[in-house]
Amino acid sequence: MIGAASALLLLTHGRIAGISGITGSLLQRSTSDRGWRLAFLGGLVAAGLIAAVVHPQAIGASVRSLPVIIIAGLLVGYGTRLGSGCTSGHGVCGISRLSTRSVLAVATFMATGAITAMIAGGLS
Amino acid sequence: MNIASTTCDTAGCKAINLVIAAVIGVLFGGGLIISGMTDPAKIVGFLDPLHGWDPSLAFVMGGAVLVNALAFRRIRQHKHPWFDVKFHLPTRKDIDRQLLAGAALFGVGWGLGGLCPGPGLVSAAAGGTHAIAFVLAMLAGMLLQHRSSR
Repeated sequence: MIGAASALLLLTHGRIAGISGITGSLLQRSTSDRGWRLAFLGGLVAAGLIAAVVHPQAIGASVRSLPVIIIAGLLVGYGTRLGSGCTSGHGVCGISRLSTRSVLAVATFMATGAITAMIAGGLS
Repeated sequence: MNIASTTCDTAGCKAINLVIAAVIGVLFGGGLIISGMTDPAKIVGFLDPLHGWDPSLAFVMGGAVLVNALAFRRIRQHKHPWFDVKFHLPTRKDIDRQLLAGAALFGVGWGLGGLCPGPGLVSAAAGGTHAIAFVLAMLAGMLLQHRSSR
């Protein structure tokens, strides 16, 4: 379903379904084509709202305390913009296109993610 | 197949363009939920092989990559997408410090919180306070990066 959705976005809008890029560029004044970005993110939000009504257990609970989550959010926001992508843009779309940049980015964030999760898992 | 042969500038075309983008967003978000990407415990369990490894997400990502790789190839044979005159694909090939440092920082945040941007937005919409805090912090992190790169 994730693969089908990103393929459809490329087919209809000619765009890479990279969530951090779509979100981040809405925060920049220079971005001109906001319509499809807002509509796409609106769809993501709608999926969350539907899940909350239909099957709330499907959305998992947080595994960390609030301060840790805030640090995680800052790192994810800063890191994805600096590195030009996240799990969707580099992970799903980039690897599919056999992009060297994306393959290296995925290898990097999987490695630091694994190290962090192991350390955090050991501490908790 | 082509709705817009040149540009999508009529009101009707613009409306269809937005509706389709929204439907794709719902589909993408639904995919994230069904596959378990919105469950931080599952993400952390996938990233951490020391404390009960759950490799199932590798199949989710592998499946999405496979579907995409096949579809992307066919789609690229079209001259242009439905609603635009050209495809907007990343063209950069250089491996720079920003790419690797950004990915490294993102990985730490992902391993720490168990959420990446898409699942974060979906979970925040579903109403979890931690997920909402995550998204606000993520937006702040993005703005911080934009500021510092200017």
